[in-house]
Amino acid sequence: MTASLSLQRLSWEQRRKLTGILFVLPTVLFVSVFFIIPLLMTFTMSFFDWPLFGDHTFIGLDNYTSLTTDRQFLKSIEFTARYTLLVTPPIFILGFILASLVRHSIPGIGIFRTIFFMPVVIGLGVSSLLWVWLLNDQVGIINKIMLDLGIVEKAQLFMARPDSAMAVIIVSVVWKTVGFTMILLLAGLQAIPDELYESAEVDGAGYFHKLRFITLPLMRRTIALALILSVIGSVLSFDQFYIMTGGGPRNSTISVVYWIFNNSFTYFKMGYGAAMSIVLLVILVLLSAVQFYLLRDNT
Amino acid sequence: MTTTNTLQQNESGLSPQQMRHMRNALLLGLRYIALIVLALLFLFPIVWSALNSLKPPAEALAVPPTYFPTQIVLDNYIELTTFGRVGVMQHVWNSAIVSLLTVVGTIILSTLGGYGFARFHFRGKNLLFIMVLSTLMIPFQSILIPLFVMLSNIDLHNSLFGLALVYITFQLPFGIFLMRNSFLAVPQEIEESALLDGCTSISVLYRMMLRLVLPGVVTVAIYAFINSWNEFLAALIFMTNQNNFTLPIFLTNVRSGLYGIIDWGALQAGVVVSIIPSLVIFLLLQRYYMNGLMGGAVKS
Repeated sequence: MTASLSLQRLSWEQRRKLTGILFVLPTVLFVSVFFIIPLLMTFTMSFFDWPLFGDHTFIGLDNYTSLTTDRQFLKSIEFTARYTLLVTPPIFILGFILASLVRHSIPGIGIFRTIFFMPVVIGLGVSSLLWVWLLNDQVGIINKIMLDLGIVEKAQLFMARPDSAMAVIIVSVVWKTVGFTMILLLAGLQAIPDELYESAEVDGAGYFHKLRFITLPLMRRTIALALILSVIGSVLSFDQFYIMTGGGPRNSTISVVYWIFNNSFTYFKMGYGAAMSIVLLVILVLLSAVQFYLLRDNT
Repeated sequence: MTTTNTLQQNESGLSPQQMRHMRNALLLGLRYIALIVLALLFLFPIVWSALNSLKPPAEALAVPPTYFPTQIVLDNYIELTTFGRVGVMQHVWNSAIVSLLTVVGTIILSTLGGYGFARFHFRGKNLLFIMVLSTLMIPFQSILIPLFVMLSNIDLHNSLFGLALVYITFQLPFGIFLMRNSFLAVPQEIEESALLDGCTSISVLYRMMLRLVLPGVVTVAIYAFINSWNEFLAALIFMTNQNNFTLPIFLTNVRSGLYGIIDWGALQAGVVVSIIPSLVIFLLLQRYYMNGLMGGAVKS
């Protein structure tokens, strides 16, 4: 009697184990086949000359040594870094201003939060197409407004010069992504107890005093998270350049992902593209390490 | 400090309370003005794109442009249906198919997987869980080349189904994370009695648990839909046959003049068509969307 009971129990537990494995199996298969294996393949491909058609030849580290003399690759790293440094501050500062403005539940605040967040759910590709029209020199409404207000004398070809192209792309990306930063910072702001501000006010602290000694220190982790997510997004940017400038003028707006795309899927130098992908991967892993360091729990 | 404040307020002839009320009312007024100005700036691109799409086609091409449509017509939308080789409806359909496959696949896999990771114990479970979540740290941009090679080898590149398989994989870490937490939040006693009564695990999941974790399922579904509906780079790489282009890829080709001179009215109509689904889903299910955002933020 006891023996059969324990056997039953054992088999029930084993059945449960098996059920659990079956439940997670599809997910594990998908992630293995469509993520882990490709990831390992990126490594191996980076040591090969790998055209779309024809044989793959092992060439050791040649792809990596070529990288160091690929001027456009080095330029694309520099461009991506510059873009990231230029786009991050406006996203963060405007995000912080918006979060402060929508912080308190005053009547109608939900509508404002929704409006500021709306562009986030639009795809970056489609929002870039939208801005292409807004900024067009002939049919674009922005040039029309600037002409009518007398800000410019003739219609501007924003995409014709590297500086103005960068500027308008930044404006479009800030519009599209700032709502996300706003919501993250809003959550951080709302987690700060009101009593802290009240007691500081009793002591006569002004706005900037409270910002410096209460808000910013208590939001350290939220701020780090908002900045790092925005930096990672910028380092991986592609859509806005592909659509708004096509990499121009004179290849001045080619990001790293764009150059990987061009090499792999326009010139079909896939091994070379894989080597660049590994470099990108290393940069991103380093950024993630910084993220973990900044978000660590102590303090 | 307090005494000086009182003195200043007395000079103006108002009680400190009145002063504070006035100051607060003024600040509130300024806050609303700032909010309204910013809101108008944020709405401006979407509103003007929509207005432009409603102009008669000739007016949409006018140089310089008109601010408001002289008449509101749907010609641009009608014109869009004959655009390209197969008309825009085919591309809306392509995007819809990929998104729906992604949503269904992501829901099934994350529900099963999330339940498995939350409630069952077997060797290697934590390792597998970490493996799934760690893919969040790796940019999908860096694995697109081998994915393209792999999908080509099994004839799934250029296939909407293949694209959906890739999208499902990209959605899984978030889906698994969120669904596992949803299941963990349900008290264990609820299923234990059912299991002791001899119900199978799958029927417990399907008949009891699914209802309890429904908010999580909705959140996962919204993200799967919006992300796959909007995705650009992978679709650009994998879909080489024009007939299979998803909406954003098709629109990019409209813009680059692949189908002749750029038709700005039709392009804006296309932009509006592709914005509407994400926007409507977000507006209707905002609460679930924000829950996902917070869940995601806490995880990092």
